[in-house]
Amino acid sequence: MQATVQEQRFEPRIVAFFCNWCTYAAADLAGISRMKYAPNVKVVRVMCSGRVDPAFVLEAFRSGADGVLIGGCHPGDCHYKEGNYKAMRRFLLLSRVLEDFGIERGRFRLEWISASEAEKLRAAVNRMVEDVRKLGPLRWKVG
Amino acid sequence: MSPDERPRIGVYVCDCGFNILGTVDVPAVVEYSKTLEGVAVAREYRYMCSDPGQDLIKKDVKEMGLNRLVVAACSPWLHERTFRKTAADAGLNPFLFHMVNIREGVSWVTADKAAATEKAKVLVRAGVRRVALQEPLEPRREPVNPDVLVLGGGIAGIHAALTLANAGKRVTLVEREPSIGGNMARFDKTFPTLDCASCILTPKMTAVKDHPNITLYTYSEVVQVDGFVGNFEVTIERKPRYVREDLCIGCLKCIDECVYRDLRFPNAFDLGLGKRKPIYVPFPQAVPLKPVIDPHDCLYLKLGKCKLTCVEACEVDAIDFAMKPERVTVQVGAIIVATGFQPFDARRKPQYGYGVLPNVVTALEAERLLSPTGPTEGVPKLKDGTLPKTVGIIHCVGSRDENTNAYCSKVCCMYSLKLAHLVKERTGAEVYNFYIDMRTPGKGYEEFYKKLLEEGAKLVRGRVAEVTNAALSKGETGKLIIRVEDTLAGQVRRIPVDMVVLSVGMEPQADAREVRRRLNLSCGSEGFFTELHPKLAPVSTATDGVFIAGACQGPKDIPESVAQAGAAAAEALALVDRGTVEVQPYVAVVDEDLCSGCRICLGLCPYDAIEFEAEKKVARITEVKCKGCGVCVVGCPSTAIDQRHFRTSYLLEEVAGVLA
Repeated sequence: MQATVQEQRFEPRIVAFFCNWCTYAAADLAGISRMKYAPNVKVVRVMCSGRVDPAFVLEAFRSGADGVLIGGCHPGDCHYKEGNYKAMRRFLLLSRVLEDFGIERGRFRLEWISASEAEKLRAAVNRMVEDVRKLGPLRWKVG
Repeated sequence: MSPDERPRIGVYVCDCGFNILGTVDVPAVVEYSKTLEGVAVAREYRYMCSDPGQDLIKKDVKEMGLNRLVVAACSPWLHERTFRKTAADAGLNPFLFHMVNIREGVSWVTADKAAATEKAKVLVRAGVRRVALQEPLEPRREPVNPDVLVLGGGIAGIHAALTLANAGKRVTLVEREPSIGGNMARFDKTFPTLDCASCILTPKMTAVKDHPNITLYTYSEVVQVDGFVGNFEVTIERKPRYVREDLCIGCLKCIDECVYRDLRFPNAFDLGLGKRKPIYVPFPQAVPLKPVIDPHDCLYLKLGKCKLTCVEACEVDAIDFAMKPERVTVQVGAIIVATGFQPFDARRKPQYGYGVLPNVVTALEAERLLSPTGPTEGVPKLKDGTLPKTVGIIHCVGSRDENTNAYCSKVCCMYSLKLAHLVKERTGAEVYNFYIDMRTPGKGYEEFYKKLLEEGAKLVRGRVAEVTNAALSKGETGKLIIRVEDTLAGQVRRIPVDMVVLSVGMEPQADAREVRRRLNLSCGSEGFFTELHPKLAPVSTATDGVFIAGACQGPKDIPESVAQAGAAAAEALALVDRGTVEVQPYVAVVDEDLCSGCRICLGLCPYDAIEFEAEKKVARITEVKCKGCGVCVVGCPSTAIDQRHFRTSYLLEEVAGVLA
């Protein structure tokens, strides 16, 4: 391949699962507030972070994602009482499994972001993108 | 659509004026959409949500035989319902539609046009792949309980309750304090008309008491809220008054006969400035006019020993020391939250000497000092009992201040001017107002400001640095000295006064967080409850069936609180009068062939919606109870459970679409 004058910057592909009530609403608020953040994160809306199946995360990595971000309501604030605790349990377990697979911690994150925390959302997305950029491409894609 | 029919998808990309078009190359997204599998047509339109925009979609559905729709526009929070209805109007099942968020999620948050366009394409691609799998669903309808609960008995709660009761709805009004009336009951006069607050409030309070459709629970708190829109179950805890409301006739002889002859306990209604007995009514116009016994002050409740002269005095045997907290459960279809505000704690601005220097009071305390039923019978006096000759009113205490609250509390300029007028009227004192900016927008407000100027109110523009009693000259001895930079005169001034009034701002109630959790509301960064939409749904919340009114939503004055309360009542009425409500059909479903009967899901469900059917040895979901979180779907080891509209296959397809 021909070398370009400037090395092309690696743009990580990140899939986010945001719960409808808190983090998705925070993302809406970030939009309404015209906050700018990295376009690398693509959001899949779920009703609750407790709906995020570890299989979704594995499938995302398998299909070429460099990172996966889950956003839910703060502990105690879940719209469905305790779905976020279930999400946390699954997250912790899956993180360990992923580490064993050689997928670095920074590639898989869980953030509690309430509907009013647009700034937190912006910061979390940007931080994740920068961290994953440093880690480089995952290249876990099968086939 | 029969299952084997191939998807014919219409993709509609909205410009939203320049909101999307300004950052996203919409024609490019449209062209790209046309290349996606299953897409029969892709179009751009200026405002997709407008009538012509919707007609465009309907026409295509009919003429081109579309069986799936994707609209790439704003957030589904805003227009998902709109386009579902469009689909339904066109004869399509509303759940064969998917909304892609390219405004809040793309154009408004992305600086670079190429990157925004690329992101929009990716999201549309994922949406198209998802919608191709979606199946028709029937919306669930649930009956709506016609009764309404109003939480908070201030002016907003009172107005909302009366409006609904007058419309023939049964209303439960819950108030934490022993009387309704809220903060408005503390005021003497209201701006800008100088109406007597009691004269306009008391009739409304009495109307609440007398209304056959209103059940009033004072001295009570909502401790639990279960259920969902149209079908809430609310648990109320009634604190013991030790005076039976059902028996008491309000003669108040018990108060006269209490063994305490003098008033010695601080009255919370007077913010501790006035005193009361252990058995008391908070203020003369209290509703209900039934005494309360404070267990911390009452000799009998504290020590078990007393002559019980109150019991003797009561002709109807209403005093009952055995009363315990009681729980009441009510079923309602809608809830109006009108829990109000708390004044900023002036101790958080120690430079103003509140709580340390005598004769530094907050504005709410000043209201009590100016009230004819207050501790000084309407004539503000200094601690030594004399009249103040000069009074300084300091604006923006705990407002427009990076160290405390950055927001403007909106009402303080006007009430400060009102206090200035009243203090001058009652005491003849010279009154200074120290302000940053004079903010008096509102009907008759600017005129009131002018009137004050004509009355000779002294206005000094500048944020006060400190209030001190350290005198530097003979004229300052024994005075409170206000140090301020007069930014109009361009000099630092020291103004000696006898009394300082701190115009404290409005803050969310101390327990707003708990209320928020109980009702599943959200709060802004300041802690006030958040409305569903700041402009178009100002009294609705993200929780269907729960509405907000008054200062719990943000600082506001009486007319605004009343207007909002009316709006909340109308919204609640529109809901409960319908008889039925549409509930999202996103429930979990069990595939009995796959279910192994392990019962793991039973423990995961926060709503006890899953039962074990012993005969078939499978889990069964009660749809009415299921709220559609999907937690059980993930927990099922046999993948026997799935969630309607959020099926595992749809979500995996969406992920695949994002990463394709």
